[in-house]
Amino acid sequence: MKRARFDHRLLPVALLIPQLTIIAIFFYWPAWNAVQSSFYLQDPFGFGSQFVGMENYTRLWNSSEYMRVARFTLVFTLLVTGFSLGLALLLAVKADKVIRGARTYRTLLMWVYAVAPPVAGLIGVALFDQNIGAITDLFAALGYDYRLGVSYTDTAFAMVVVSVWIQTPVNFIFFLSGLQSIPKPVLEAAKIDNPSGFRRFRDITFPLLAPTAFFLLIINITYALFDTFGIIDTLVKNNPASNPMTLVYKVFIDGFRGNDIGGSSAQSVVLMVLVLILTVFQFRLLERRIHYT
Amino acid sequence: MKTTTILAAGALVGLAAPVFAETEITWWHGMGGQLGEVVNKISADFNASQDEYKITPVFKGTYEETLTATIAAFRAGEQPNIVQVFDAGAATVIAAPGAVLPVEDLLKANDVPFDIEDYISGVRYFFADSDGKMIGMPFNSSSPIMYYNTEALEKAGVTPPKTWEEFETVTAPALKDAGYIPMTQSHMPWIFTENFFSRHNLPFASDNNGFDSVNVTINIDAPEIKDHFASFKSWVDEGLFGFYGAAWDDNAKPFEQGDAAMWLGSSGSFGGLAQKADFEFSSTYLPYWEKITTEPKQTFIGGAANFAMSGHSDEENKATAEFFRYLTSPEVQYMWHKETGYVPITTAAYELAKEDGHYDRFPAAETGILQLSLPAGENTRGYRMGFYVQIRDVMNREYTRLLTGETSVEDAFAAIKKEADELLARFSQTQS
Repeated sequence: MKRARFDHRLLPVALLIPQLTIIAIFFYWPAWNAVQSSFYLQDPFGFGSQFVGMENYTRLWNSSEYMRVARFTLVFTLLVTGFSLGLALLLAVKADKVIRGARTYRTLLMWVYAVAPPVAGLIGVALFDQNIGAITDLFAALGYDYRLGVSYTDTAFAMVVVSVWIQTPVNFIFFLSGLQSIPKPVLEAAKIDNPSGFRRFRDITFPLLAPTAFFLLIINITYALFDTFGIIDTLVKNNPASNPMTLVYKVFIDGFRGNDIGGSSAQSVVLMVLVLILTVFQFRLLERRIHYT
Repeated sequence: MKTTTILAAGALVGLAAPVFAETEITWWHGMGGQLGEVVNKISADFNASQDEYKITPVFKGTYEETLTATIAAFRAGEQPNIVQVFDAGAATVIAAPGAVLPVEDLLKANDVPFDIEDYISGVRYFFADSDGKMIGMPFNSSSPIMYYNTEALEKAGVTPPKTWEEFETVTAPALKDAGYIPMTQSHMPWIFTENFFSRHNLPFASDNNGFDSVNVTINIDAPEIKDHFASFKSWVDEGLFGFYGAAWDDNAKPFEQGDAAMWLGSSGSFGGLAQKADFEFSSTYLPYWEKITTEPKQTFIGGAANFAMSGHSDEENKATAEFFRYLTSPEVQYMWHKETGYVPITTAAYELAKEDGHYDRFPAAETGILQLSLPAGENTRGYRMGFYVQIRDVMNREYTRLLTGETSVEDAFAAIKKEADELLARFSQTQS
């Protein structure tokens, strides 16, 4: 491949500067600040701070509550990613086969994407509320005493359901366009070779969808880890109590509710490292095994 | 002709008025809903009452959010003149001496008369330093009281319980048989913990409940409170007490809907309750355990105080002082008390409410102030602990786990004790 050449040395730099500035101001500078303050203990009003070394980190490691939150985050991420990908794939495969009224179906399946997470959380609160929730009533009719905000598992259930509900349409859109970009001749040839729909899906369609699926996997993991904040916040209703929460929400609770800047910074650094590992994993390990056309 | 001149002159005066520069101050608060409307009305009335100062109230969300926003603003040098800080955040603010101007100093420096004896006794020292100097001006002062549905109690043939023993053996079983949830409560740390210690005159923390030192440890593992929670748990299990988690509203709703017969809430809930409830209700003192004490003491105020933030010009501080003068005047206090149910903070305002016959019309409105005026003990002044918002969160977590059967009484209180003492030690480290 022929390499592009630039005669001006300054022009590319000048063109990059706006982007670099934004990254520096909104990422590098705060990230550096977080790393720095994670080694200090500060009084809330910022009158003084003292160097405490690794104490903020060892505290996390020794905190059974932090470990409980970490375990929940892991399970929550697995459930949300698994269900929203699985459900979206199923819907996309079925919607792909629909011919009459296809657009209407697709739009109906996609519109939820437009609901913002806090709004989704509020809808969740309305549906799962102990006193007025419709789903709570449904559970009661089935003989189950559903208690949002009281029972740990019940609250976790609401969080997973709302998070999956809001993420599925995004996955659906990607899966559907992935399915539609599979060349028709390949599918037709497969149809001649094997009449079993499931085997054709397993051997032909799914491998061809793999790049999309992999991309979505990463997107969904980051969604479950970070973007579910609004949903969790509205479901927790300003009362962390014994409710389940994710690591990101814990950063917020300790830093912005509890005013412990050092401890909260250490938690964000832990998350930063986690994202770094995820990114390395994405590019080093999996990208090689996936064939993009 | 003459009329025209007068009109013209009047118009000129009207035009000229804004030329005198008004000193503008801001007030951040956490009062939403009906309470927020009253806050706006007080501010508007103050602005209308004179033309030298103008106050702008800003709703900043929950108490916790208001405190966080204030701290962030202070660090950026953009703090408001007045901020409303709630009971659990008091230690954080008072421990930061450069952040706030003690209200006592502010008023005296600006020739606003101040005498701490003018304030009712339960209100005086909660937001004061260890020497008894008032730091924050109590604003929405409330105390946990017991509301009851009059009809429900009549139907069950019982009277409001004075003691927990009475509740356990007489009131609750009768109400349960009458088809009611006997009782709910809306705030376990405030009602069942902090004021539990005050009502029974038990020390809540070391070093004079934290007022004398930052190196404080909590007495959360006292046998009396463990015993109380063991009973609470058994009531919940037997259907004698409704438990709906740590959220305030979830626990208040069953009472508002008429499903629960009694509710432990805030005296400041009176105004909102009067709007929402379509049944007759009244209120009385928080029950106590006869086996712990036969001389129950007063509770202390919850709610919040207004703090004057430092870093403003003398003119603005003067405006803040003038606003406090207005806010503590008997008329404004009475209006605030009448509209919301928060207690009037001065004796003068209380007298005014009595003279006006407010308590003849609404006996339930007097419970909070009467309870705050019960005999005091050495442990009824309040508490002062840092990172207390987090400590309350730990309490709520362990209490909920206890009530849902995920942990035992012993383990729950041991966990609270351990984590709270760690947080207190950490806070004292930030102050060294």
